[in-house]
Amino acid sequence: MSEPSSLDNDQPLLVAEGLAKNYGQLAACRDISFALYPGEVLAIVGESGSGKSTLLQLLSAQLAPSAGRVSYRMRDGVLRDLAELGEAERRFLFRTDWGFVHQDPAQGLRMAVSAGANVGERLMAVGWNHYGRIRDTASNWLERVEIDVGRIDDAPKTYSGGMRQRLQIARNLVTEPRLVFMDEPTGGLDVSVQARLLDLMRNLVSELGLAAIVVTHDLAVARLLSHRVMVMKGGRVIETGLTDQVLDDPREPYTQLLVSSILPP
Amino acid sequence: MTAMIDIANAEKTFTMHLQGGVELPVVRGVTFHVNPGECVVLSGPSGAGKSSILKMMFGNYRCDGGRIGIRHQGTVIDLATAEPRQVLSVRRSTIGYVSQFLRAVPRVATIDVVAEPLIANGVAREEARDRAGRLLRRLNIPERLWKLPPSTFSGGEQQRVNIAHGFISDLPILLLDEPTASLDAANRAVVVELIAEKKTRGVAMVAIVHDDEIRHLIADRIVDVTSFAAAA
Repeated sequence: MSEPSSLDNDQPLLVAEGLAKNYGQLAACRDISFALYPGEVLAIVGESGSGKSTLLQLLSAQLAPSAGRVSYRMRDGVLRDLAELGEAERRFLFRTDWGFVHQDPAQGLRMAVSAGANVGERLMAVGWNHYGRIRDTASNWLERVEIDVGRIDDAPKTYSGGMRQRLQIARNLVTEPRLVFMDEPTGGLDVSVQARLLDLMRNLVSELGLAAIVVTHDLAVARLLSHRVMVMKGGRVIETGLTDQVLDDPREPYTQLLVSSILPP
Repeated sequence: MTAMIDIANAEKTFTMHLQGGVELPVVRGVTFHVNPGECVVLSGPSGAGKSSILKMMFGNYRCDGGRIGIRHQGTVIDLATAEPRQVLSVRRSTIGYVSQFLRAVPRVATIDVVAEPLIANGVAREEARDRAGRLLRRLNIPERLWKLPPSTFSGGEQQRVNIAHGFISDLPILLLDEPTASLDAANRAVVVELIAEKKTRGVAMVAIVHDDEIRHLIADRIVDVTSFAAAA
């Protein structure tokens, strides 16, 4: 997958420096530093308890780090420390410039309101007020994520798991974010549904030139979606590099174990 | 003439941590160059490290020492030390790799699989599909199959889709890992023709081929990989 112009962009979009998080004696994340560039998809892999979900929360300003910092390049081109943003700027990130795709769609959707309203809500939050335009944009997005537009007035609680996940993606992408965080996006889905969702996400990410940080324990998801991968163990990043390089030529004992544990298809 | 590829003392060792940290030296002292319009064939028995060298030249395997100089957009990039972003940029606009097996995304139509490298480099979708169709036709993939994902095809058909995907772009370097392995004589001849056309356009190629006849037809030079044997 590729996005020619944005991958040649030399200014990082998000920078983590010496990031750490402790829960009492437990170090959930230790000394993590990296830069993410526009259009780049980074996968964070590792077993449960390796610290990858904590890292995702630190990176997306949902959790304050015990040490270190995360900086993000705002649309004016200035790199800003997330901890020092004002309330309006934070709101702009959460409502517009970032997306967050949860493993459980119920966390990212309002299950009792219509699909159209789920998508339209993000637009209204950024000031759209023309009902017809909101509805048109919402139907357009339902089509893009392969949901029958005839279901626009149904609530997601009537949708299947795969449809809910696609709706969650539409809701996130409608504001044209530059960065999307995904936490085990294919986690609870059947294998056949997973393949369709991955293909869809892969196309959307490359068409829109999105940067994404994807937490997954599934190396096949990392291979299909990401350019680069970070392998975590015990709160540390133990290996990092191009995705196919890390998966085809793993160096660390733990990475070799992860790679060798995949059953051949 | 300036070489497109200039490899000096490249080496590769695998450390198998799950087998008690066994060290498996593959190659060392790998040194050769490839000029524009030239096809260099790597020769040597199975296990000599031919594929490993090709994979290092694509940045797929890491290089443990030495240098892999690649001429990329007017400068030389050393793939042995390049950042992931640079490797991706080299793959997008300089080096193509035709592997033995097709690794396609499920659900994507054959014609789009083949057109993808052109679209990624900014060619309009219609034109990309058009060129993909012409190449598929040359490789004897019937038009009725173009809309289907290649995962449903036979081994030989998949390899031809893979070849079309690898040969469609105008990249200045191509790496070919057994491009004719499971093809019949007619399709082997098409691949030989495609390689000859790439040469006239100045493309630098490195190939692994076991078939003596094909090797004879495409090789401008042969590099014997056994001279890079790293076994202690």
